[in-house]
Amino acid sequence: MTPLRTTAASLGSRLGTTGLVYAALVVLLAVSAAFLAARGATLFTTANTVDLFTRSSLLGFLAIGQTLVILCRSLDLSVGHVAALSALVAATTMDGDPSRIVLGATAALVVAGLIGLANGLIVTGLRVNPFIATLGTALIVQGYLDTTFQGPAGSVPEAFQAFGYTRIGPLPVSTLVMLGLAVAAVVFLHRTRMGYHMYAVGGDADVARLSGVRAGVPVVTAHVLCSITAGVAGLLLAARFGTGNPQVYANGYELEAIAAVVLGGTYLLGGRGGVAGTIAGVFVLATLDTVFNVLAVDPFVKDVLRGAVLVAAVAVYARGQQSRAATRVRFPSTGPPAPPPSQPPSPKTAPLGGRR
Amino acid sequence: MTAPASPTPSAPPPAPGADGRRRPPLGALSSMPRGGTATVALILLLIFVVIATQNPSFFEGPPLMGFAKKAAPLVILAVGQYLVIVSGEFDLSVGSLVGAQVVIAARLIDGDEAMTWPVLALMVAFGLVVGLVNGLVTTLLRVPSIITTLGTMLVLFGAVRFWTGGAPTGALSEAFRVPGRDGIENVPFLHQIPWALLIAAAVVVGGVLVMRSPYGRTLMATGDNDTAAAFSGVRVWSVRTLAFMASSLLATLAAVLIGGYAGVTAQVGQGLEFTAITAVVLGGVVLGGGRGTVLAAALGALTVEALFTLFNQLYLPSTIQPAAQGLIIIAAVAYASRRGELRLPGRPRRRPDHPTEHTLGSSRR
Repeated sequence: MTPLRTTAASLGSRLGTTGLVYAALVVLLAVSAAFLAARGATLFTTANTVDLFTRSSLLGFLAIGQTLVILCRSLDLSVGHVAALSALVAATTMDGDPSRIVLGATAALVVAGLIGLANGLIVTGLRVNPFIATLGTALIVQGYLDTTFQGPAGSVPEAFQAFGYTRIGPLPVSTLVMLGLAVAAVVFLHRTRMGYHMYAVGGDADVARLSGVRAGVPVVTAHVLCSITAGVAGLLLAARFGTGNPQVYANGYELEAIAAVVLGGTYLLGGRGGVAGTIAGVFVLATLDTVFNVLAVDPFVKDVLRGAVLVAAVAVYARGQQSRAATRVRFPSTGPPAPPPSQPPSPKTAPLGGRR
Repeated sequence: MTAPASPTPSAPPPAPGADGRRRPPLGALSSMPRGGTATVALILLLIFVVIATQNPSFFEGPPLMGFAKKAAPLVILAVGQYLVIVSGEFDLSVGSLVGAQVVIAARLIDGDEAMTWPVLALMVAFGLVVGLVNGLVTTLLRVPSIITTLGTMLVLFGAVRFWTGGAPTGALSEAFRVPGRDGIENVPFLHQIPWALLIAAAVVVGGVLVMRSPYGRTLMATGDNDTAAAFSGVRVWSVRTLAFMASSLLATLAAVLIGGYAGVTAQVGQGLEFTAITAVVLGGVVLGGGRGTVLAAALGALTVEALFTLFNQLYLPSTIQPAAQGLIIIAAVAYASRRGELRLPGRPRRRPDHPTEHTLGSSRR
């Protein structure tokens, strides 16, 4: 499919893909601003900018984690449910008491992480298809939530609600946290052994195993991290609502997060892509929502437009994907990508060791 | 030019196509379709036994026929979903499509018997168009089918609600409700054989025949390895597009049955796509394509529906049902993949440097 195997070419194609998504984002912002200006509205008012950033933070948390999981050629359909559960755990643990904020947040993240661990172990240990495994855990969480809580429960102290509402200039704190997490994820994927292993396992689990990677470990790690970021999203929900609402799982966050990841250029079958593109995808979706909001579009038409734009965007993007796949530079330090053919077991580990 | 196979055996290729079978045990299991069918049949039997111990009168005819009537739409949806899944794709739009079709029928028929047939024809046409769009966008525009059908799902969901202003209006005609509600009356012992049962049976038989036809073989080959299928002369895009159209057409049929059985509500069809996929996977059909049988998918649908019946009989609170459903599908799929592992340990895997790959590679040029 792609004869461009040299490092320089793959570097160029990587920049091309992520760059393409960001270019699309800029074009979208410009077009939206112009369109709104023509209708006598302004896109970049403080209120709209805050709205845009606020929308992006929640989806961003979910999409960052989802990126890791999809890179490992897995999938997580349970993030919406995990977020709802984590919001409830946090709200009921804190119960309005400011001294229990740390406890509540920790409890929520631990519970989320345990669900991720369960997801990962079911996928790797029991060899259940990730689609089914995470759909199953989502249903289990849903059953627990609906049985235990009839409606919103618990309450979040004022101090914690600040996480949802405080902002520095037009930038909400939650968005800054989300962007910080995104940077951390980029560093994690590009600078750590586990990050490399995720790309390796997602690209081809068998080749990764033959190269000495324990194929299950990165997948489980990705699932745990994904659920923890979903837990952070749940904390954000709790901070915004001031309470834990079990019904938020019905909002379809998981599909929206997958859409953002794919929009950001990550290959659904794993091994290619990255968090930087995902963030652009998140902002594209958030911009669309903000524009629809400013235009006061009927919520049902909004669904239609979102569906159409999503498919159209991925279609435009997919045309270029064949030639410029979002391939990360795997071994930048070794020059030509093909390692010495005479040493089969070493090619992956040697550059990795040098990287640390 | 697709040339993923590197001639040097030791170079780890980044697997550009990345279409290779990732999980040997799953593949091993489903390479024996009978194994998958046997598993799901066993689970179904088990659930039926439990139901019988709870409620011995369940098998006395009328309750069984009632069950069949209720299960028929899911069986039909599962066959449609099977066709798409076996070709290596997903169809997440069927739930929304069922909802849209029921709402369209109610609004356009509006209780007028004379409108039944024209509206049915319109629904079939609409279903085919939705399937055609799904298929062409997925194959020609190269959008992953999970995104394509997610988009279709959002569009249908929003469009129908916008059209009706949020709540469905109108009413179905009596003639429209016949297939979903009525049947052949006065049959000894069974009292009534529902039309829905006959329709679902016909769909399953049709599905089995289709999968034995050249088209079915081609579909299976495409799902297994679309590159290889393309090199063998298969027009992959048309094969897959036809599968999407069949799925949408069957969703339309299911909508007729569901509308007839349950009437019109705003929630109709919600979440059906996941139930249908669950049913298909429970039948041992592998997500990713190329493995599994129609019969197993239909049995999977019956199993899911039997499970719901069992929950009702055990008086489980309705809120806990999803949890039980989740546990059971995970357990069933885990059990199925474990069986595969035990049966065929260490199936020789195709290596990238296998001679056949070279032959194929050279024959391409």
